Amino acid sequence: MRTPLHENHLALGAQLTDFAGWQMPLKYGSETTEHCTVRRDVGLFDLSHMGEIYVSGTHSTKFLNYALISDISKVKVGKAKYTMICTADGDVIDDLVVYRLADDEYLVVANASNAQVVSSELTHRSHDFTVSVIDRSLETGLVALQGPQAKVVISKFVSPNLIAELKNYSCMQTEIIGIPILLARTGYTGEDGFEIFTSVDQIARIWELFIDEKIAPIGLAARDTLRLEAGMPLYGHELNLEITPIHAGLSRIIAFDKSDFIGKSALLKLSEQIDRKLVGIELETRRIARAGFNLVDESGIVVGQVTSGAFSPSLGKSIAMAYLNSNIDLATAKISVDIRGNVEPAIVVNLPFYRREE
Amino acid sequence: MMSVPTNLNYTAEHEWLDTTSGTATVGITLYAADALGDVVFVKLPDIGSSVTAGQVCGELESTKSLSDLYAPVTGKVVETNLAAVENPAMINQDPYGAGWLFKVEIASLGSLLTAQEYQAQIS
Repeated sequence: MRTPLHENHLALGAQLTDFAGWQMPLKYGSETTEHCTVRRDVGLFDLSHMGEIYVSGTHSTKFLNYALISDISKVKVGKAKYTMICTADGDVIDDLVVYRLADDEYLVVANASNAQVVSSELTHRSHDFTVSVIDRSLETGLVALQGPQAKVVISKFVSPNLIAELKNYSCMQTEIIGIPILLARTGYTGEDGFEIFTSVDQIARIWELFIDEKIAPIGLAARDTLRLEAGMPLYGHELNLEITPIHAGLSRIIAFDKSDFIGKSALLKLSEQIDRKLVGIELETRRIARAGFNLVDESGIVVGQVTSGAFSPSLGKSIAMAYLNSNIDLATAKISVDIRGNVEPAIVVNLPFYRREE
Repeated sequence: MMSVPTNLNYTAEHEWLDTTSGTATVGITLYAADALGDVVFVKLPDIGSSVTAGQVCGELESTKSLSDLYAPVTGKVVETNLAAVENPAMINQDPYGAGWLFKVEIASLGSLLTAQEYQAQIS
């Protein structure tokens, strides 16, 4: 599939890659330069492949509180929440951002690879509720402006007063050059930034507006290293149908105190003991610890597995996220990564690797 | 179309070499550097070690993938580019200049391509 910005990417000389069935820009030039542009300045992303599912109706809040693991009733109108949809066993079907558009209207943003699964799972879970679940993924275009200068750029087109009021993880309906948009202060890079939702017919006008402002387009390669440095999980890597939010270190987004939700009893049971947990890894070598590589202890015994790895442009070193067996004593254990037979010393560090200055 | 320097020789594995003196200077071509993506790690043969034309003698790892480095000539390694090892971005920025990789005292040449033949291969 092609996003509504396909021709724009070709015109900008993008190298395309298949991502969840979509032809997406991998990079437009150097992926390292694109990464650093977002950290230092601002960059523009096409995220039109992502899933947009609208939930509305009188039972919307009650329904999402049953279907998702967080307490959606605590999300105020105009706010957003990072959450997950889990199976009854507590495994992650997808990680989501839920935007509360009105008292009884929500936008659920799902990963491109899971948009259909989330949409049908929500529909399936909605039978006993007065709600409608509508998948508008293919009608919706999405671009993101990310980086410390994002607010300067967006303020040229949206009243700076409105931008000042739009705090992190907030959203509002407004317009840009007369085009109605949903503007959200959210992202997946660890930087300040904005996500702009509009119809597929209008998204190219907004993209071109920012390209004309000399904003650098950023591909998926840099998006991956940006989110990795920010310690953000990627579905299919840190999250999948054999991993719970507890393993991923995201217990804080589970609202155990709300009444029943799908996955609750399994997650309650699990929260007492887990066999592995998500950790950050820094390596001495510049070699990349890629997904699937084993973590080994001093005697060469496998004690974990890498889920994502990259050379971090911001830190200037090789970093990774990995699942490490919980019985490893980090105070004494010497962990290495087996990189194609090279046993490369690693240290376990707290996530995220990178945090922006406030 | 990407043009290749005419004063160099090439291999089918996208290495270039300069044999104007008795020592061959070896690097990878711009075409190879672009195809790899940003190089983040380089493993070069040790100084004093012998390399054999057509055999693997090192590694280049980019953000995207790992590639073997082949020796374009047979001989003894006399110098390696430590600056490129410490800052592999040089290989992408200036593959025919500051991003050279190693120098070999030539015992025998392997199967080399002229600039014209290499240009034809990548076109």
